[in-house]
Amino acid sequence: MIRPMSKALGALLALALGVVTLVAAPVLAQSSPPRIVIGQGVIEPMPIAIPTFIDEGGAGEYAREISRVVISDLEGTGFFRNIGEEAHISRITSFDGGVAFEDWKAINAQVLVTGAVSVSGDRITVKFRAYDVFNGTTLEGAALQFAGTTQGWRRMSHKVADVIYSTITGEGGYFDSRVVFVSESGPKNARLKRLAVMDYDGANVAYLTDSASIVLAPRFSPRGDQIVYTSFETGFPRITLMDVGSLNRRALEEQPGTMTFAPRFSPDGGTVVFSLERGGNSDIYLLDLNSGGLSQLTNSPSIETAPSFSPDGSQIVFESDRSGAQQIYVMPSSGGEGTRISGGEGRYGTPVWSPRGDYIAFTKQNAGRFHIGVMRTDGSEERLLTASFLDEGPTWAPNGRVLMFTRETSGAGGQTSLWSVDITGRNLKQIPTEGPASDPAWSPLLP
Amino acid sequence: MSLAAKSLLLIAVLGLAACNNPDRYGAGGAGAGGAGGAGGAGGIDTTGLGDPSNPTSIAYFNQTVGDRVLFAVDQSTLSPEGRDVLARQAQWLMTNPGYAAIIEGHADEQGTREYNLNLGAKRAAAVQNFLISQGVPAGRLRTISYGKERPLEVCSEEACYAKNRRAVTVLSAGAGV
Repeated sequence: MIRPMSKALGALLALALGVVTLVAAPVLAQSSPPRIVIGQGVIEPMPIAIPTFIDEGGAGEYAREISRVVISDLEGTGFFRNIGEEAHISRITSFDGGVAFEDWKAINAQVLVTGAVSVSGDRITVKFRAYDVFNGTTLEGAALQFAGTTQGWRRMSHKVADVIYSTITGEGGYFDSRVVFVSESGPKNARLKRLAVMDYDGANVAYLTDSASIVLAPRFSPRGDQIVYTSFETGFPRITLMDVGSLNRRALEEQPGTMTFAPRFSPDGGTVVFSLERGGNSDIYLLDLNSGGLSQLTNSPSIETAPSFSPDGSQIVFESDRSGAQQIYVMPSSGGEGTRISGGEGRYGTPVWSPRGDYIAFTKQNAGRFHIGVMRTDGSEERLLTASFLDEGPTWAPNGRVLMFTRETSGAGGQTSLWSVDITGRNLKQIPTEGPASDPAWSPLLP
Repeated sequence: MSLAAKSLLLIAVLGLAACNNPDRYGAGGAGAGGAGGAGGAGGIDTTGLGDPSNPTSIAYFNQTVGDRVLFAVDQSTLSPEGRDVLARQAQWLMTNPGYAAIIEGHADEQGTREYNLNLGAKRAAAVQNFLISQGVPAGRLRTISYGKERPLEVCSEEACYAKNRRAVTVLSAGAGV
C-alpha cells in the first residue's frame, strides 16, 4: 500500500507534471475507433482491458495502485467495464513490445490500455498507450508520458484516465480535480462543521479549518487557488475568502447589521457575487476583489440569493421568491430585473450554470421530496435526476457532464453524504467520505 | 460607522473574546486540528442567569416573559401569540436597560440552505422590528440567522419542525450590542 499524500494541498499546488507525447503507431484505420456518446440513452458499458502497468524500475506498489485508480476512474463513470486479468489470454511484458491483438479481441476488449511506471528517488514516470483493439492501432492522442514527484502518483493516474475517457467519449475529462466540501460531525442539533478538500473520488482528504465555527457552501476560484464560503467565525454569517495554499482567510464584507452569504466567483476570478441581507431582505451584490468596490445587482423586497455566473461572465442565474415561491431567474451580470426561467410545479433553488454553458442544475422541492435536476438555460427540457427526502446543492464536474450534491437522511439520526449522478440521471452513487459531508463544490480540471 | 461600531468590528474580526459574539453554538470542536487559528470558540461570553423568581433576571425573562416566538411554515409573519410574547419582551427590555439582545432566527430543515438562512433572517428581523415599534432602542438589538443549521428538535416531523421555526431573544449583560 502506498502511503497517502500527507500534504495533499501542497502537492496540488506544487506538482509540476512533465507531459510528453509518445510517438503514435501508424494509423491504418479499418473501421471507426471505439466511441461512447454520452447522453444518448442507456449504454452498455464498453469492455476495456487494463492489465497492471509494468514496473520499469523501482515502481513497486505504484504500478499496481496506479492501474487500480485508472480502472476505478473509468469504471466509476458507468461507461466502461474492466475485463479482469484472470480473463486475459496475453500478458503485457514490455511497454514497447508488440501486442497480440487477437488475444484481446478474443476476450472482447474493445480498448486495451498498457502502461509502465518507473520510480527513481522521489521522481515517478508513468507511460501509457490506449489501443483500438479491433484495428490494432493506438487511439489518437492516447499515448502519453507523465513525470513528476511520487506525491503526485494519484493525479497522474487520474490524468491517464482523463485522456482515455476524453479520447473515447469526446467529452472533457474530470478525474484530475478536487472537491471542497463541509465535513460534519456531531448530533443534528449541535453539528460541527469544517471545510475540507479531497480528490473527486473521496481520496486525499485535507482539512482547511477546524470546527469552531459554522462554515457553509465553499466554492473554488476558477484557478482552484482560492475558496469563498460563508463562515460564522466573526459571530455573524460572513462571506470569507481563503487562500488554499496558505490557509490564510479574511471576511470580505463587514457591514454591521448585515449578513452576507452564498458567495461564488466570477469566471475571471476577479469578483465575487453573493447575497447581502439587511433587515430581513436580501439582494445580490458584486464585490470587486481588487478594489473592494461593491455594486448592487438586484433591488427587490423578496429573497434574492444563490447567484451563479454563466461561464462567459455575461449573465447570472439566481433564485428569488418574488413570485411567492422560490423560482429561478437569469439577469445580465450588470444586474436588473431578471427573467424567470423555471416554470414547473414546486420550488426551484440553488441554480448553478454548467461550465459548458449548456445547462443549469438546480434543487427542486415538490410534494415533500427534493430533487436534483437540470434544465436548458432558457428553462426548457427540465429533467429531474434524483429524488429523496433531501437532496440539494448541485455542483458541476469540470466537463459539465456529472453533478455532485448533498443528500441528507431524515429523522433524529439524519446524516449528510455526498453523491454524484450524471446529467442523464445514470450512475447515481455515493462518494466515500470519512464521515458525514455536505456542500460539495468541484474544482476546475487541474493544470 | 461609529467609533464603537468600528472597535466592535475589530474585535469581531480578530475573533477574540467579544461580548457581542452571538455564536453561542460555535464553541466546541476544540483541538480539532486543521487550520486552527482564531475561532469563535474564543468568544465565550459569561452572563449570570440569576434566579427565575427575580423579575430582573435573564432566567425570569427566558421562563416567565418568554424568550421565543414560533412561525408557520415558510412564514415570517408574527402570530397573535407571538405578538403577545414580544410585547412582554419589549416591556421587560425597557424596564431592564442593562441588557442587550441578539435575536436568533431559525428555520426547519424543509428547504435549501441559502433560502433557510434568509428565512431565519426575516424571522429575526420581524421580531426586531416589533420590539423597536414597542419602544426598545434599536441599538440594543441585533439579529443573526442560523437558517436550518441549529434545530432544537431533531425529528423530521411537524411536531419538531414547529419548534424549530423560531426566533429566540438571547439576552446578555450590556447596554448595547
